[in-house]
Amino acid sequence: MVEKQFTITDEAGIHARPASALVGSLAKFKSDITLEHKGKKVNLKSILGVMSLGVSSGSTVTIAADGEDENEAIEQITNVMKSEGLADQ
Amino acid sequence: MSTSLSGIAASNGIAFAKAFRLENPKLDVEKTTVEDTEKEISRLDAALAKSVAELEVIQQRTREQISDKEAAIFGAHLLVLSDPELIGPIKEKITNDKQNAESALKETADGFVAMFEAMDNEYMKERAADIRDVTKRVLAHLLGVSIQNPSMISEEVIIIAEDLTPSDTVQLNPQFVQGFVTEIGGRTSHSAILARTLEIPAVVGAKSLMGTIQNGVSVIVDGLDGQVLIDPDEATIAEYQAKKAQYEEQKAEWAKLKNEATVTADGQAVEIGANIGTPKDTTGVLENGGEAIGLYRTEFLYMGRDEFPTEEQQYEAYAAVLKAMDGKPTVVRTLDIGGDKELSYLDLPKELNPFLGLRAIRLCLEMPDMFQTQLRALLRASVHGNLKIMFPMIATLEEFREAKALLLEEKAKLLEEGIEVSDSIEVGIMVEIPSTAVMADVFAKEVDFFSIGTNDLIQYTMAADRMNEQVSYLYQPFNPAILRLVKMVIDASHREGKWTGMCGEMAGDEIAIPILLGLGLDEFSMSASSILKARAQISKLSKAEMASHTERILALGTSDEVEAYVKSIVS
Repeated sequence: MVEKQFTITDEAGIHARPASALVGSLAKFKSDITLEHKGKKVNLKSILGVMSLGVSSGSTVTIAADGEDENEAIEQITNVMKSEGLADQ
Repeated sequence: MSTSLSGIAASNGIAFAKAFRLENPKLDVEKTTVEDTEKEISRLDAALAKSVAELEVIQQRTREQISDKEAAIFGAHLLVLSDPELIGPIKEKITNDKQNAESALKETADGFVAMFEAMDNEYMKERAADIRDVTKRVLAHLLGVSIQNPSMISEEVIIIAEDLTPSDTVQLNPQFVQGFVTEIGGRTSHSAILARTLEIPAVVGAKSLMGTIQNGVSVIVDGLDGQVLIDPDEATIAEYQAKKAQYEEQKAEWAKLKNEATVTADGQAVEIGANIGTPKDTTGVLENGGEAIGLYRTEFLYMGRDEFPTEEQQYEAYAAVLKAMDGKPTVVRTLDIGGDKELSYLDLPKELNPFLGLRAIRLCLEMPDMFQTQLRALLRASVHGNLKIMFPMIATLEEFREAKALLLEEKAKLLEEGIEVSDSIEVGIMVEIPSTAVMADVFAKEVDFFSIGTNDLIQYTMAADRMNEQVSYLYQPFNPAILRLVKMVIDASHREGKWTGMCGEMAGDEIAIPILLGLGLDEFSMSASSILKARAQISKLSKAEMASHTERILALGTSDEVEAYVKSIVS
């Protein structure tokens, strides 16, 4: 399993548009991917799950991928976070 | 009299057309037990597939007609239709509980709707509407009900709906849809945002709308003031046609003026600034083409807290304003507290006449430590822009001299500490007490500028408490007594090569502007939203012509006479 932390820099937090880009980019991965925020863990392939967390600007989230393509998944997430302006690391 | 409804003004403009009720189909869901769960699952899959196909068309349409940004929301809808957290539980209900697809879908979706609606965040709450929109489409396909299709509208209408879903809104063809009114929703709902993008007038949150407006009735939507007029009579139609024409003319004129200087018809430049209370307000000032800040009310820094703001906190606020204004003149008024404005952490004795008591500069001179902290913060921030410092409620020359001495003392201390301070800070006073207006010629030799605070100048000149409704008739900005004082101040400043501004309500008033222009006022400071309107008005007035009326105006006897005279010369 691979884990990575992100600090959300988008002023509106994880809102609908970037969340869609993020979730939409993950359908092709076989790994289980989760997003954890304030002790609550959701399926990152679920737009409703991600939105239900209401992640606001400045919060830190932990993303974990588990499966055969876990490294590729984390790399993809990092790229989308950057391109959507959600987080900058 | 025509009937009217009030709501929230969501998108500017005025529209006239027939009402078109856009109603949601009845989607009654009954919970039943199914035997063939596999068949039920395939019914669900078929409904999902049809919905996906429709949404893809809508998304494409939005991309072409509106923008990629707006189209992205349908990308989110499409993801909901394939969301494992939504589809998984629905299929489980069908397989394990033998529930029919309709009720399995509704129960699961309702759970998410309730969850989003319970969130303590306006944005998330409105996402509940997205889920409803998506599930409605799937349910309609499951039930074999057709959804009303707003893209089929082919005549000019005003849409009347309980709420507009995002997919409804993008199907509205602006060629035919003149405006819309909804019973629920707020300024940040999708439909409101989209209405502003499409520049369609809209009113949202108009309560009891659906029970009031019938199909085909004629309607006026006033998106400027959030009004809906139902079956208006001729007089109302004429009134709103005039309002619409005026709005459209203004809009075109104002847009042209945003980056222009304020120049009269005879080529004389004056300056229009804005009154602000916090650094955030500078955005609105710049968006509205403000050339300066004529009044930064620093008391907001001191209010709503438990202790005095530190020098550092003040420095940051002042520096932020000066940086945002990027070299444009910025007049900062030192603390104006006392009177009706109290601070919880500053225990001042109760006064019988607070407006005539220990307030503003009087209080600051009484509490030099507090005052020095503010002066230091201002001086340190001065290197970031074009700072001008203004003392409020000056009644005597001694007060001004004492305040200025404290300022110079702090400046000397800072320079000694090796901290940079701007060398070109102008130091001026508010003129709001008649004694100062009368002595303006003497003050003008010592101050760098005057700014007339009309609200207080009027109340002190007329001896009428502006909070007391029983004497509100004495609040007369156009009383010749006030105008004569204003003239004394402006003339006195000009004789010494100084300038005069005005930062009260009066500076943005359309009757006052021609008079003030004629009197030679140099700077008009008002709320940011009034700037472009005032600039448009000034561009049509000749300063020389207005000046030629001054003598006659000042010789008039009453406020009403002045108002009538001005109306007769400018119309």
